[in-house]
Amino acid sequence: MTDRATFDAAVAAALADAPLQRALADVPAGFVAGRRRARAELPGFERLRRTARDIRDHTLAHLDLYLEAFEANAAKAGSEVHWASDGEDARRIILDICRKADARVVTKSKSMVSEEIELREHLAKASLDVVETDLGEYLVQIRNERPSHIIAPAIHLRVSDVADAFRAQHPHLPADRDLETPEAMIAEARDVLREKFLSADVGITGANFLVAETGSAIIVTNEGNADLTMSLPKVHIVLTSIDKVVPTFADAWPLLRLLARSATGQALSAYTTIVTGPRRPGDGEGPEACHIVILDNGRTELLASDMRPVLRCIRCGACMNHCPVYCSIGGHAYGSVYPGPIGAVLTPALAGPGATAHLAEASTFCGRCEEVCPVEIPLVSMLRKWRTRDFSRPASRRSRVLLRAWAFLAARPRAYRVAARLGARTLAALGGSRGRLQRAPFASAWTRYRDLPAPEGRTFQEQWASRRRTE
Amino acid sequence: MSRERIFASVREALSVNGKDRARERAVAERLAQPPRHPSDASGAPVPPAELAVRFKAHLQRLGADPIEIAREDEIPSAIANYLSALGLPLRLRRGSGGPLAALPWETVPALAVETGPALAGDTAGLSHAIAGVAETGTLVLASGPDSPVTLAFLPETHIVVLNAGAIVSRYEEALPMVLASCGGHVPRTVNLVTGASRTGDIGGKIVMGAHGPRRLAVLIYRAAAEPADPISA
Repeated sequence: MTDRATFDAAVAAALADAPLQRALADVPAGFVAGRRRARAELPGFERLRRTARDIRDHTLAHLDLYLEAFEANAAKAGSEVHWASDGEDARRIILDICRKADARVVTKSKSMVSEEIELREHLAKASLDVVETDLGEYLVQIRNERPSHIIAPAIHLRVSDVADAFRAQHPHLPADRDLETPEAMIAEARDVLREKFLSADVGITGANFLVAETGSAIIVTNEGNADLTMSLPKVHIVLTSIDKVVPTFADAWPLLRLLARSATGQALSAYTTIVTGPRRPGDGEGPEACHIVILDNGRTELLASDMRPVLRCIRCGACMNHCPVYCSIGGHAYGSVYPGPIGAVLTPALAGPGATAHLAEASTFCGRCEEVCPVEIPLVSMLRKWRTRDFSRPASRRSRVLLRAWAFLAARPRAYRVAARLGARTLAALGGSRGRLQRAPFASAWTRYRDLPAPEGRTFQEQWASRRRTE
Repeated sequence: MSRERIFASVREALSVNGKDRARERAVAERLAQPPRHPSDASGAPVPPAELAVRFKAHLQRLGADPIEIAREDEIPSAIANYLSALGLPLRLRRGSGGPLAALPWETVPALAVETGPALAGDTAGLSHAIAGVAETGTLVLASGPDSPVTLAFLPETHIVVLNAGAIVSRYEEALPMVLASCGGHVPRTVNLVTGASRTGDIGGKIVMGAHGPRRLAVLIYRAAAEPADPISA
């Protein structure tokens, strides 16, 4: 199957998946209502979005210099900074660090960059016991799935799915234990993962932001799992990407004010941690080494292109929560690491164009994603750019032929009028007295799910002309 | 290798050579003198008495337990009362040295107090906050021997002591207080704590105590030297 055919099949399967549809139905009541409330409670929210956009644009325009400043200040704080052009580089660097630390158990907090380079799978192949500690990521890991949302990885699962996964994954616990409620399951996960936290040799976290002025990383969670991941093992690795840097803390606060409000509707996530280097003399706790791995993986190409604003993204997920397509098909159908509108724009750049450019079709261009984006990324026009690029590919031959036929007619008004009249009359006749078509030529993809309203028989131009005559 | 490649790609993308004086100056100035972005919050400065009220209201909404006490030396007994009211063990771990060491722990002999970073079996951890931020009810903790970061995450109960005079309106005001308390250096971790640990990952329902503490109590006291105006609403 082509990528496009795979995508179409995944969409059809998602639409027919009743449990998934029930899970997705809760998104508007949860995240969307939460954001609306948080926005209403913060006067100046819209002004803050413009400030955030400007901070990101300024940083991107001076990215080389801020990355240099970050590197120098991180080194001063005792961190070791590593640069990785692509996933292979990053995986090699991280595996080396784990080997040098004689690591067996590696705890991990949530990081979309790590999903992007399939870090967990590669470390596991090297016989490391890698455990996701974010509860949603843990669920996705034990079910051998990918996250279906960038901040709520297991949003596609029902409570009963989780209970089944826990019974299969935790065979050392009594088979008849009570796993009826989320509380019971969270208590179980807490105990299981606590063992891992306490035995881990290396802890890997992502970073929401890097602060150039001090060489710090800012890491946000609600569970506190990143803090246990970075504070208990003897080595802490931060895996992040070049677009995460901000100049100063003064620049980080406006972004943090927007992040949780846009994501879950919280004013601030429970734990926002600024980490700067390894343990200090006298600390008595904390890692002996702190490594920061900074990945490019296609981002410099975006920086060079007219899609640079995509790099403003702070990964809040608001665009997918508000997307009618995402909320209909869920994250897995996209088949990409980053789903939703931002995924459709970002993924083709990371994977190389061609492979996933068809994701730009997964949009109605309604523009809600743009309206809620905390850093004002013009997602619709970015999606349109991908469609334009995709259009010139050989696989798009059929749509090119049809569009060329339409263009031929549109440039010849008389022929267009005749064709439009013919079309309108034919469809009106087919629609019959109900005025609706249950099946239409070339439009079976539409009519499979709903009727096509039939034209009334006269074209717009005819009606326009007759109205002008009567006036 | 990768480093050179990435910097070359960034500079090519931006059509710069990395030696442009104007760009260097813009960056150096921003780093030396961080910008003052417009305050989103409510615009007008918040009167000091109002700060504590707002801070407390946020804590309550977050499901945390704010406890106001009149004097610093009442902290040990207030902690013992809090733990026993919840039927929790009268045990506690705090950092060594620092402001918490000076408290009259001996006045509450029933409360077993240990010091140092948290251990696996600890039931309650005690930290002192450098600041409280009224805009979101956020506690600002700085790691160090007197305030180990693990105390905030391993035990099921986290108790934080906060001077009412250290409540400020915005995050921007809190960070200089951290630097001042740590001799001008950024500590290994600065923890901004806004309520207890929580997750919504199973069935979309918010449940407390995902990995970190299930409950957060904040003891707000007024230092003796400060005017004793009431802090409750």
